[in-house]
Amino acid sequence: MRSLIDISELTVKELDSLIATANDIIENPKKYSEKCRGKKLATLFFEPSTRTRLSFEAAMYELGGNVLGFSESQSSSAAKGESVADTAKTVSCYADIIAMRHPKEGAPLVASINASVPVINAGDGGHNHPTQTLADLLTIYREKGGFNNLTVGLCGDLKFGRTVHSLIAALSRYTGIKFVLISPTELKLPSYVKDGLKDKGIPYTETDSLENSLKDLDILYMTRVQRERFFNEEDYLRLKDTYILTPEKLKNANKDMKILHPLPRVNEISVAVDSDPRACYFKQVLYGKYMRMALILMLLEIEE
Amino acid sequence: MNIDSIKNGIVIDHITAGKGMEIYKLLGLDSLDCSVALIKNVASRKMGKKDIIKIDSDFDVDTDILGFVDPDVTVNIIKDGKTAEKKTIGLPERLTNVLVCKNPRCISVTEQELPQIFKLTDKERRVYRCLYCETKAK
Repeated sequence: MRSLIDISELTVKELDSLIATANDIIENPKKYSEKCRGKKLATLFFEPSTRTRLSFEAAMYELGGNVLGFSESQSSSAAKGESVADTAKTVSCYADIIAMRHPKEGAPLVASINASVPVINAGDGGHNHPTQTLADLLTIYREKGGFNNLTVGLCGDLKFGRTVHSLIAALSRYTGIKFVLISPTELKLPSYVKDGLKDKGIPYTETDSLENSLKDLDILYMTRVQRERFFNEEDYLRLKDTYILTPEKLKNANKDMKILHPLPRVNEISVAVDSDPRACYFKQVLYGKYMRMALILMLLEIEE
Repeated sequence: MNIDSIKNGIVIDHITAGKGMEIYKLLGLDSLDCSVALIKNVASRKMGKKDIIKIDSDFDVDTDILGFVDPDVTVNIIKDGKTAEKKTIGLPERLTNVLVCKNPRCISVTEQELPQIFKLTDKERRVYRCLYCETKAK
């Protein structure tokens, strides 16, 4: 039995296989519509989420399975002080697979150690968010045809942005990747992630200028400065609008650059950019559902 | 200075000079009833100076703590007055309940019954990270 807590638990071969399954689901949705008949997914969301929870639920329904769960900790026994370990043991009695989002870093790992069914990390604080990375990877694959030799710009909150950390970990295993890290000083990529890049000999540059970076990029991955990660409201207000991508700024960018964003966005991408053919963030949402379907099939060991 | 040799017990040798007291405290040797000797600044050909701890009883040494504080120490197990076993320690791959995670967002900080587990992620730089949140140990 396997869980997915951190994207680096998947080998490149397994990622390729998930992408292949997701592409097959897109081509032949009917073939998959009964694959999870009689199976139940528990969505344990201790923190608010629209996209990720609905994406998991839609994924399970499209596989013919059922869904149970809660969408905020106040409606679970966590409000009574139940531990993550006990919750995981309990839910294992009702469901075949668990998707868990939790504000505390490492909570899904604790759940996976204690559960008797596979656990998928659906985001743990500022730490990891592997299924968002799966969505990002399928988007890049379908939009750019592969991963090798890409220059990837990551912009915004690189410190607390868990999607950024997971995406860097995943892309670092392909050849010829370069990263351009665009952030204000206070929200720079943590040193342990940079140490990992140095150890693997992956080139990266750090800058605070989005405008100057755009011309070199194949992918621009925008992120939101997340209010919930700040202890101090003043810091959040000061940093939240550091980067705003507009049609004007995009004039400097490559014609075939693709814009990704894990969503929700606040102000960092102007709505006027949505109609630009380079904007891929709503496609990314759709691709996320297909990758979650592929992942559920893999972890439940259901043959294609 | 003479310290009697021990019959059955443990000698922790090749302790970096100055670290003997820290190891003495971390291993909880102050709570033992048997004779314990901490000898500081012993002349050593290999190290110049070293500390030695002798424990006159069959004590179960926590090698994780020992390896974390001073990976180059050796542990000699003495039986009937002779060295029955000589162990080198090295950096432990995992530390359980030795370090405490300082990240306020970590699940191990909220749920205090969880064991505090750190894993060795960079042997060269001697970096340990929390198993749950990957925060670097300080």
